[in-house]
Amino acid sequence: MLNIMEVHETNQMIEQEKLDVRTITMGISLLDCADADVDVVADNIYRKITTYAKDLVATGEAIERDYGIPIVNKRITVTPISLVGASACKSSEDFVKLAHALDRAAKQVGVDLIGGYSALVSKSMTPAEEMLIRSLPQALSETDIVCSSVNVGSTKTGIDMNAVELLGHIIKDIAYNTRDNDSYGCVKFVAFCNAPDDNPFMAGGFHGVTEGDAVINVGVSGPGVVSRALDETKGRDFEFLCETIKRTAFKITRVGQLVAQEASRRLGIPFGIIDLSLAPTPAVGDSVGEVLEKIGLEQVGAPGTTAALAMLNDQVKKGGIMASSYVGGLSGAFIPVSEDKNMIDAAGAGCLTIEKLEAMTCVCSVGLDMIAIPGDTTAATISGIIADEAAIGMVNQKTTAVRIIPVYGKGVGDSAEFGGLMGYAPIMPVNQTSCEAFVTRGGRIPAPIHSFKN
Amino acid sequence: MNKAIITVVGQDTVGIIARVCTYLAEHHVNVLDISQTIIDGFFNMMMIVDYANVDTEFGTMVTDLDALGEQIGVKIRCQREEIFTKMHRV
Repeated sequence: MLNIMEVHETNQMIEQEKLDVRTITMGISLLDCADADVDVVADNIYRKITTYAKDLVATGEAIERDYGIPIVNKRITVTPISLVGASACKSSEDFVKLAHALDRAAKQVGVDLIGGYSALVSKSMTPAEEMLIRSLPQALSETDIVCSSVNVGSTKTGIDMNAVELLGHIIKDIAYNTRDNDSYGCVKFVAFCNAPDDNPFMAGGFHGVTEGDAVINVGVSGPGVVSRALDETKGRDFEFLCETIKRTAFKITRVGQLVAQEASRRLGIPFGIIDLSLAPTPAVGDSVGEVLEKIGLEQVGAPGTTAALAMLNDQVKKGGIMASSYVGGLSGAFIPVSEDKNMIDAAGAGCLTIEKLEAMTCVCSVGLDMIAIPGDTTAATISGIIADEAAIGMVNQKTTAVRIIPVYGKGVGDSAEFGGLMGYAPIMPVNQTSCEAFVTRGGRIPAPIHSFKN
Repeated sequence: MNKAIITVVGQDTVGIIARVCTYLAEHHVNVLDISQTIIDGFFNMMMIVDYANVDTEFGTMVTDLDALGEQIGVKIRCQREEIFTKMHRV
């Protein structure tokens, strides 16, 4: 039978260490919404989402109450809209209509965000996919809670450099269109390499075509819990440290598994995966940067940061894997600069640079995330950053991503305010040496060889 | 059997258990076990209860006990047992 100390430990995690379930995300296939008429597609999308997800928020809130665990976000992911709208959309404006349908449906059911205004172009773009990408500045500035992603490369296909080059311009245009709000539109867009089909996190979540009609995926959180547990490891060796992280990750993930199974049962929708993630928030004590510092760094960004992050990421997975029947999504430690208090401080102090963050993305769960850069950064430089990150993912067979915000009208020394979970960020300096001739060559970078690994 | 864990944390005063038990009895909730201890100087009490025959919604019980805690000046939480067993039992 349970004892009082175990109960106290769980409740302390929730009350003082900010343990929460970051998101219950319902994935919905919209493949059956396709039609030749864009208005019919928009109606079909609205109807399907508002039917399937009508009880999602209420169910999430009931689970929160029954177990006393906060569930911070309820979200929806859908089939990449470039596929759903391919036969109906004859222009970028047609795709924007579908973005509005997603926005209206998501608001109607009361979710926080909806993802899947996406295109998968890892080898090359169809006309519809290019139209969707070109619609992003308008779509992301006219809608509030629609998130978008573009997969520009994969280990199997290489990198579509035409898409990478185009995205540099698109990101600049999104930043300009949302300039009154610190270029907030860029917060809702991410470029991927090796994007997973079952990611419950935003902005990169979409419901892959390999998925069923509907699914429940859950993203856990808990850097605060790991941080508190590490207080016990001061001065101890790596074996003790790793065991502590694994044990903590196991406990966090079990809560996610419980919530996922319960949501699945109550909504009558199959359980998909748990995303084993340490997802920080800007709140004090809920920081992956703080965890790295407790492992032994004076400040995140110092030499040793990449090794510490590699170890943390691996232990989180090892602890979490056994706690869940199905693991997927991004799974690992997130390093979104603006969403993590200690990373914000380290970036502000000049200790954490984009180059160091790039190195960290080789071993973390995703990539360059929530990084504010000067508004006058060129489109070619942004494309170069995306290409670098995609190359890391392609060669290392992992998911990488870029969510970067060239904040219009701001430069190094300023800071950008995104609000809520998205936080705030100092504008970080970017190496402005030109890569224009590289990113404008056209074509694609071939898939890498899968042998002779060094 | 449907088990829930009720925890009371705060300053110890006369009649906390009595008032919680009165509420539970009125709503046909059976107390299976009670334990208490002092953690970090605070009074901690834990009850394991069976709410299989509760005459109201579980959510209402959570809200009512929370309100009762506010009246007494302590924090009362009522949570379904699985969150603890999942976390602490393999």
